[in-house]
Amino acid sequence: MTPWIALPAVLPLLAAAASVLVGRSRTAQRIIGLGTLTALLGLAVRLLIETDRNDVMTTQAGGWVAPLGITFVADRLSAIMLLVAIGMFLAVLVYAIGQGDEEARHVGFHPVYLTLVAGVCMAFLTGDLFNLFVAFEVLLVSSYVLLTLGGRLAQVRAGTTYVVISLLASITFLMSLGLLYRATGTVNLADLPAAMEALDPELRRVFLLLFLGVFGIKAAIFPLFFWLPDSYPNAPTAITAVFAGLLTKVGVYAMIRIQTTIGPDDTVVGTVLLVVAALTMVIGVFGAISQQEIKRILSFHAVSQIGYMVFGLGLLTVAGLAAAILYIAQYIVVKTTLFLTGGLVERASGTGHLDRVDGMLRTRPLLGMLFLLPALSLAGVPPLSGFVGKFALVDAGVSSKSWVLVGVSLAVSIMTLLSMNKIWAGAFMGEPTANAEATSPLPTAMVVATGVLVAVSIGIALGAGPIYAYAERAAETLLPLAGSSAP
Amino acid sequence: MTTVFAALAGALFATGTYLVLQRELTRILIGLALLSHGANVVLLVAAGEPGRPAFLDGRDDPSAFLDPLPQAFALTAIVITFGVTCFLLALAYRSWVLTQDDTVQDDPEDVRVRQEPDADIERSGADQPTIEAQDR
Repeated sequence: MTPWIALPAVLPLLAAAASVLVGRSRTAQRIIGLGTLTALLGLAVRLLIETDRNDVMTTQAGGWVAPLGITFVADRLSAIMLLVAIGMFLAVLVYAIGQGDEEARHVGFHPVYLTLVAGVCMAFLTGDLFNLFVAFEVLLVSSYVLLTLGGRLAQVRAGTTYVVISLLASITFLMSLGLLYRATGTVNLADLPAAMEALDPELRRVFLLLFLGVFGIKAAIFPLFFWLPDSYPNAPTAITAVFAGLLTKVGVYAMIRIQTTIGPDDTVVGTVLLVVAALTMVIGVFGAISQQEIKRILSFHAVSQIGYMVFGLGLLTVAGLAAAILYIAQYIVVKTTLFLTGGLVERASGTGHLDRVDGMLRTRPLLGMLFLLPALSLAGVPPLSGFVGKFALVDAGVSSKSWVLVGVSLAVSIMTLLSMNKIWAGAFMGEPTANAEATSPLPTAMVVATGVLVAVSIGIALGAGPIYAYAERAAETLLPLAGSSAP
Repeated sequence: MTTVFAALAGALFATGTYLVLQRELTRILIGLALLSHGANVVLLVAAGEPGRPAFLDGRDDPSAFLDPLPQAFALTAIVITFGVTCFLLALAYRSWVLTQDDTVQDDPEDVRVRQEPDADIERSGADQPTIEAQDR
């Protein structure tokens, strides 16, 4: 019993309440927000170290025993996701404070942002499926509010689609939970594998597909992605960065959990996942190529890159899973950075539309570097972090002999590079457009937050060896059977 | 009894799905409400056969009691969907204030991509003049 592992879910909720109470003072809200996230970062580091020592740590909230109470469980996968997520939240909050806009205008920004943090942390730490549902709702409701903060027409339109789709997914999730409980008598992730053994294999597969579908909507995988490029770009930049960088990855995390819990050896579903992964990669990147606006291009990439993670999961091997975990960790950083840089470009030139921005490299060379590094990393150019992630995935794919997927993923990388080049050529190269705002300095906090994230992503590339080893240990905990048979 | 509940849940899901597929926001809203009711009925069925005692008073065998967990699930779910439905209502009202229209709007970028003349070579020959005329 280690009660402190529940803190990442509890602390931001308390801080959100405090943030409402001091709503009149933006300075106090900022101190609470930054302080809480810094404390959480420390906790996450501790969790990362302790889970590596103990494999799995649990605690029961409210003193009720496992199947009835609210169980918090932390293993290596939760710890690494938590650390990356909280680091991201902290950097984006600094960026949002520098940017002002929605953060300065609305009392609600800080409290809702902190509830979002609580929801994400809870999703990573929960030990049963029903609490995963609750965690998803906490983070989704916060995201609804953040997406529509300001109430502009474009936001309301995009927000409506997003809320309806998410609500549909939640209802399906709830219904699947009811059916699962009726069939097995438990929703505890630790009890489920044994309870599922008693079920008919076909029924087990139905449950697996139901849950993968639900989480697939949240992760925006192939047939279920259409809401994402429509809704994300309309939020304030800092919010889009968190959503695209992190929220869809919570969906992928849930997919990994459910697959390893109730179908670790179901190769039929694994093959379905591989096909879906290939389609997600290809369709996403084609969508990105056809767009003309920085945030929308990046949103389609958010879809495309999900395919890589599902690819790693679909292999159902320790190497594949470890590669997927490494990929998620580095990708969250890279994607968030790209959105933040996109926001800086919009801030500097007044628009994110490629037809109307030119020659940023001449006027703002630093911004060019901040974009170039994560962009090349996203495409998987060595020696950046995206290359490390893709290399691990391709390596896992080759050892599982999934040649088609390896081919598709390499081709998609080249197309990713192509569309990144489109932003580069459209916004950074060429003659600077005459623009009054072009000379005003960008807020230091925004640039520093983006710069730190670029440094972190380079750090991931440099420390790839130990991080991959950690991801491999995480994957071995998730797939104990496959782990013992692997050489 | 379970059959009745199953049929009820099925009917709720069917009408809910039909309404969600409509274009008017208010209908979508009612559809979502029906769907969530359907999910709650499924949760109630998950509690097992009805008619068993729900309170513990020391006279009956504890193992014969109704499973309370699905009811706790349903209660949580009702609260959550209630909150989200309220939020969606507020959004629908905001949308009405801004546009005086209850239908869900098209994505402007989708419309742009659809109208790009060279997006479809076969159509571009026929459609190009009209789109250019629209631009003018």
